[in-house]
Amino acid sequence: MEYEAVIGLETHVQLKTRSKMWCGCANQFGAPPNTHVCPVCLGLPGVLPVANEEALRLTVLTGMLLHCDIPRYAKFDRKNYFYPDVAKNYQITQYDKPSTIGGYVDFEFNGGISRVRITRAHLEEDVAKNFHFERTSGVDFNRAGVPLMEVVSEPDITSADMAYEYLNALKDILVYGGVSDCDMEKGMVRCDVNVSVRPKGTTELGAKIEIKNMNSFSGVRKALEYEIPRQIEVVSRGGKLIQSTRRWDDVAGITEEMRTKEYAHDYRYFPEPDLMPFTPTDEWLADISRRVVELPLARKQRLMQDYQLPAPDAQTFVWDKPLGNYFEGIAKTAKNPKAIANWVINNLRAKLGESQTTLADLKFAPAAVAELVELIDSGKISGKIAQEVFSDMFSTGEAPGKIVERKGLAQVSDTGAIEALCDQAIAANPGPAADFRAGKAAALNFLKGQVMKLSKGKANPALAGEILERKLKA
Amino acid sequence: MLNQLTLTELVERLEDRQVSSCAVTQDCLDQIKRVDSELHAFLSCDSEDALAQAKAADQAMTAGVTHREKPLLGVPVAIKDIIAVRNQPMSCGSRILHDYLSPYDATVISRLRAAGAVVFGRLNMDEFAMGSSNENSAFGPVRNPWDTTRIPGGSSGGSAAAVVADECIASLGSDTGGSVRQPAALCGCVGLKPSYGRVSRYGLVAYASSLDQVGCCAKRVRDAAVLLEALSGMDPRDSTTVPQPVPHYTSALTGEIKGLRIGLPKEYMVGGLDAEVETAIKAAVKQFAKLGATVVDVSLPHTDYAIATYYIIATAEASANLARFDGIRYGLRVEGSDPAELYSRTRGDGFGVEVKRRIILGTYVLSSGYYDAYYLRAQKVRTLIRSDFLKAFEQVDAILTPTTPTPAFRIGEKTGDPLQMYLSDIFTISANLAGICGISLPCGFTRDPKLPIGLQLQGKPFAEETILRLAHAYEQSTTWHKERPRIGERK
Ligand SMILES: [Zn+2]
Repeated sequence: MEYEAVIGLETHVQLKTRSKMWCGCANQFGAPPNTHVCPVCLGLPGVLPVANEEALRLTVLTGMLLHCDIPRYAKFDRKNYFYPDVAKNYQITQYDKPSTIGGYVDFEFNGGISRVRITRAHLEEDVAKNFHFERTSGVDFNRAGVPLMEVVSEPDITSADMAYEYLNALKDILVYGGVSDCDMEKGMVRCDVNVSVRPKGTTELGAKIEIKNMNSFSGVRKALEYEIPRQIEVVSRGGKLIQSTRRWDDVAGITEEMRTKEYAHDYRYFPEPDLMPFTPTDEWLADISRRVVELPLARKQRLMQDYQLPAPDAQTFVWDKPLGNYFEGIAKTAKNPKAIANWVINNLRAKLGESQTTLADLKFAPAAVAELVELIDSGKISGKIAQEVFSDMFSTGEAPGKIVERKGLAQVSDTGAIEALCDQAIAANPGPAADFRAGKAAALNFLKGQVMKLSKGKANPALAGEILERKLKA
Repeated sequence: MLNQLTLTELVERLEDRQVSSCAVTQDCLDQIKRVDSELHAFLSCDSEDALAQAKAADQAMTAGVTHREKPLLGVPVAIKDIIAVRNQPMSCGSRILHDYLSPYDATVISRLRAAGAVVFGRLNMDEFAMGSSNENSAFGPVRNPWDTTRIPGGSSGGSAAAVVADECIASLGSDTGGSVRQPAALCGCVGLKPSYGRVSRYGLVAYASSLDQVGCCAKRVRDAAVLLEALSGMDPRDSTTVPQPVPHYTSALTGEIKGLRIGLPKEYMVGGLDAEVETAIKAAVKQFAKLGATVVDVSLPHTDYAIATYYIIATAEASANLARFDGIRYGLRVEGSDPAELYSRTRGDGFGVEVKRRIILGTYVLSSGYYDAYYLRAQKVRTLIRSDFLKAFEQVDAILTPTTPTPAFRIGEKTGDPLQMYLSDIFTISANLAGICGISLPCGFTRDPKLPIGLQLQGKPFAEETILRLAHAYEQSTTWHKERPRIGERK
């Protein structure tokens, strides 16, 4: 029998806010332990939470980016459990009335476009971080109360690779929207993976097994590459899987059981009485909808269609959004956007890298790139000369036309002048000339190179080739 | 004996520079020394800090700061041990907080300080405000200043007893189901519970977040009005406060109540009501009529469900609110081999019986499979109770009831029967469920022994002015508030 995997992901993302969710402490990674804390995020007796409005905005913005519905009533709830990393011994989260419900993420996978539906994206607070020393443990509350958004997918994912691509697409969207920096190294994104297997073609779900607390996308892929065959093996041997929670051991490359359903928590959710229900107004929502950006995939498709860009170039402009914006600023009115993309990606980006500068430091106007491409396309300068011109404009900011004029770099298309140079080249290189006549076509390139050399690169190479050929065949 | 002054009298004399804050503060401290070994209203008192604040107040007055700018300048106000005061101990009447010192001021404390008050003392209370008799204090009960074999009421028993025994000029308490009004009635002072959202809860250790409200005990209605004005207002640290403007409450105390309508809920005059309490209330109703108020019957049909509803909602919220006392970061810690054992040992040793009972009850009603039957249903009933009141307030300006069904009972009398104990809050508990305001004030005494009787006036949300006006007019036309217990006089 053939089996298929059914995978759903719960992705926790730290939001890009200046302060924490319920207090004014900085939302900042990497500070010495317990330096960004106050009575509120330490859960001291008597304190109350006050919701960070920007975190609510970013959650709703995420809902808009993921095509979710934004309910006009949302609330916070208390999720009760005892653990040293949660100071109040309850976590404030959104249980049955989240800020966003029902959306989807489209992404490229297996040469096509796949869709994973989103159940909801809700807002909650991050917990503190436990550290275990030799004999004792410590808790760092800097992370406690950082706004954390949980994006819950439907079980639409069917393979480890698909899970990986979905996570990358989701991350790209959130980074694009300015919702989160999604810096994995800083633990800004963590996943819980729900995976079960079933005979292909059936619709009933198998026992749900959750792999908790994954902190890298490649880890998710590896864990699934291990877990799916493991489950299939158990089931195909006639064994039974039970609902349970497992842990991924990255070193051993295996998942291991943490607890089964009998030990499942009863979180005793109930509405958080310290916070008022949240009822967004039209105006508030309209403000957020102005922050909605074009999604990465849509951008890629549009760049390919509007500017006839090859997929890799379009993808480059998706990843490097400022570069893409720079390109579009020039290409909108240019005749040859494809060539402009080429220059921006291959020359401009390289120069920026070499000189360790950014687009903001450029000395020339964006239109200069278009002008340069025009100079090439109209035959005024050769591609080779263009490199030199570009180098100059990059370091001085002078317009390409002016550089060509000042340095006399314009291509020579005067037939008389080129004919003279061709005669000179043939006379000086009898060997190659004879070779060509004897049928060695490649020898023409050598002679052409000589003409270019004699012209200091300014001769129109196409014209030089034509004239040489005519003269040698005569 | 400046400590015997009312807040209003004290402010007048401070303004005239007849007395100093240091003198009145010293007199309060002396009275504590004199009577508190008998009363046990204070868990601790930082005399040095109190006198330093008093000295600063005196200096401010010398520098020209007036009571118009700082209405409580130099007035000693004592604080229930559940309200955070920076660098002062806070035990909430429990062993579990051990040697905890609060690193910050509650908003009400900041407001008292801004108004110039001398903030002092930690007033005894039922553990985490759970109780009606003060017998649940982990440090031993407060005793009633009128009869020290009797309870002072709870949970703010210390707040009421300290005011009545002149150990302070006024005090702050907290009221979750009657915890300010009930002890005020049983000790014989004014006790005010503001509408939910009127006063910030930031820094008030939460018992039941949707019911808790900071209130005050005072010797006169006018004193309570002055305090309320200082305490009230929106607080950016408490999302449940409202931007409703704060009126000048003392302006409402005109003595004129003609045309105001008072409702008597027929559901409240039923069995279990002490005969002397009933007589006193009936006389008070007549007095209100004589003063020109119109008295009519009203109905609050869901009254019978109030106690059950309260004990589901309050305990559910408490089960989460009290989870933070776990021995990890502060307070008592009893070591264990793993966190779970540390938690259960710490909480097992640290919490008292009634607190444990309520945590278990609250945990139960929120459990999967029981939530709908208990918590959800209780929330629905709560809505009905609130709409009972709002409907009644369409016909009347205030609702008058006894504050408690009986006068103060003996220590130990009801400790064996929690349900009987819960019934002592029967008249006060609905105001918290409905979010309305209420005030208790003296309206008579039982004959033998002589014990105070309190009447309660409840008003619609944010109509504190109305109940203060009615209470003040009644108070000024009677002499009950002038009676004093004999505590401390013998010595
Ligand atoms: Zn903080």
